[in-house]
Amino acid sequence: MTQQPLVKISDLHVLFKGQKNVCAVNGLSLNLLPGQVLGILGESGSGKSVTLKALLRLLPAHKTEIRGLIEVLGRNVMSLNAADLASFRGGIASMIFQDPMLALDPVYTIGDQIAEVVTRHHGLKRRDAMAYALDMLKKVRIPSPERRLKAYPHEISGGMRQRAMIALALAGNPKLLLADEPTTALDASVQMQILLLLRELQKESGMGMIFVTHDIGVAVEICDVVAVMYAGQIVETGTIRDIVKDPKHPYTKGLLAANLHGAERGKRLETIPGSPPLLESAPTSCSFAPRCAYTQAVCRLKAPEAVTISKNITVRCILETNMNS
Amino acid sequence: MSEDTSTRRTHMADAPLLEVREITKFFPIKSGLFGRATNSVRAVDGISFNVLRRETLGIVGESGCGKSTTARLIVDLISPDKGDILFDARRLGTDLTLNELRRNVQMVFQDSYASLNPRLTIEDTIAFGPIIHGVPREYARRLAWELLSKVGLDPKRFAGRYPHEISGGQRQRVNIARALAVKPQIIILDESVSALDKSVEAQVLNLLLDLKKELDLTYIFISHDLNVVKFMADRVIVMYLGEIVEVGPVESIYAETAHPYSRSLLASMPSMDPDHRSEHVALAGDPPNPIIPPSGCRFHPRCPIAIPKCKTEKPLLHIQKTRGHLAACHLTAQQQETF
Repeated sequence: MTQQPLVKISDLHVLFKGQKNVCAVNGLSLNLLPGQVLGILGESGSGKSVTLKALLRLLPAHKTEIRGLIEVLGRNVMSLNAADLASFRGGIASMIFQDPMLALDPVYTIGDQIAEVVTRHHGLKRRDAMAYALDMLKKVRIPSPERRLKAYPHEISGGMRQRAMIALALAGNPKLLLADEPTTALDASVQMQILLLLRELQKESGMGMIFVTHDIGVAVEICDVVAVMYAGQIVETGTIRDIVKDPKHPYTKGLLAANLHGAERGKRLETIPGSPPLLESAPTSCSFAPRCAYTQAVCRLKAPEAVTISKNITVRCILETNMNS
Repeated sequence: MSEDTSTRRTHMADAPLLEVREITKFFPIKSGLFGRATNSVRAVDGISFNVLRRETLGIVGESGCGKSTTARLIVDLISPDKGDILFDARRLGTDLTLNELRRNVQMVFQDSYASLNPRLTIEDTIAFGPIIHGVPREYARRLAWELLSKVGLDPKRFAGRYPHEISGGQRQRVNIARALAVKPQIIILDESVSALDKSVEAQVLNLLLDLKKELDLTYIFISHDLNVVKFMADRVIVMYLGEIVEVGPVESIYAETAHPYSRSLLASMPSMDPDHRSEHVALAGDPPNPIIPPSGCRFHPRCPIAIPKCKTEKPLLHIQKTRGHLAACHLTAQQQETF
């Protein structure tokens, strides 16, 4: 008997309508088990943040067309009504963002903002909620938490704001934490502090986590499994060890080389030529074919199927299809 | 006269191309009704270094350490409170004019969009500098086309476009072409690849390597990304709160780190090895306030090995006999004496 997945997304399509259409996500499927940390790795425009936002139903309804199934703990997220959605957000799944200055409300103190979440999801009175908020700040190890409780977001440093946002996200005891590049804007030393904190909090609470990043180094520090995204599709899934040590998809290989992984000083790098597709229409062939060194005629004709190589590794590339048929 | 300078150049092949001497910049903080300066941010506090011909000098440090201010001081985008800039042994302000300096030292910034004029086409942007420096219009246009193909953009497709019509990587190539247009000897790259995606970043790094070889350029490469600096630089300067804490050849700095700050900075790099993840925080806390910097060694409040002397006495940059580079730390100085 297999475990029930915490998150199940199958064949998700997200289309933004406007003067020009953008097919941001094109047939994405993934599973996340409880307590697992999944990294979504990709460059800007690959659809990683859109996937996270779709999971919390944060995309503007009138301009977006979403197809496919999104389930969290067996409940269909797409069919939640307003009241259910309010308790779902923050109570079951919550999110931390890249820029805490934009995510936190500038006119309320840190304590007020956390207390609001606590009141809503745990039904506590304000005094108790404030005490709870203080505990949360202690948990994320903000220095002198009593003082920070009464501070406004602009009064504290970037690293501390990120800690405050984590406290805010975890205040409702969610089963799932979505992290959208939470360390990208931080200095290297503060980034490592936040990553270690997230790793520890995740282990302690056993929540599932989806961590979006463009930085393989960050993914290595925090993820169990990684899904590599390109042009709105997952091109390769595997444990972080598989991805770093034995990448299969040509895009993953190129991405690793571009990360100066084992590069020799001053020697030209092996790069992926060109730039990602514009995605004005949904891809009908392999999206990576125009940039790929191993392109064959068939790559431009039809989209490659996802091939399962072993228990954990799935690759969407014709080379693997041929090898395994 | 021209003969004179050319012989001087050949004779002084080992002399620094650019010298920065004791340069200082404090930004006043104004407050109150009359906007009087009540305090100041000590952005760059009396730093000196040389840039050698044809080298790539990396500058690393956390945000607020003064990396970018240093870059802007070199090309006089902000004027220093104290200190001198010497290019090719000529001092800015006496025997070197600002125009001459800027023709020889160009800069490429982080934000590729903000640093281009949105109302100029790519071609006009690149030709702008040469025209200002007295090159005839027609010739400047031809130069712009040449440079566009040099940075890997097809001039027929790109010359007439505006900055908003091209991607970030392409814009950064345009910025590089613009910097090259006045035939400079030094290019300052201030976080020039930081905003790009990894695959595009690698393309631009390759371009920079090729151009350096082809045009005999000297780079000052500023970045917070220690991996990129390790890949690009010949020598590295590590800055902390407006001061240089360590400087030397890249291999020596990365392999035989002397200063505890540089060591913790390097230890904060992700390990890239799933079997050996980072297990502890190498550097706790945030960088302190540059308005009232700590006494003595500015790193002492965060330093894991600080001694009482660090609080009271400021360490000076001194040569590390066993390492072959300079560091400013009392403890490594003590170790020297015991050798």
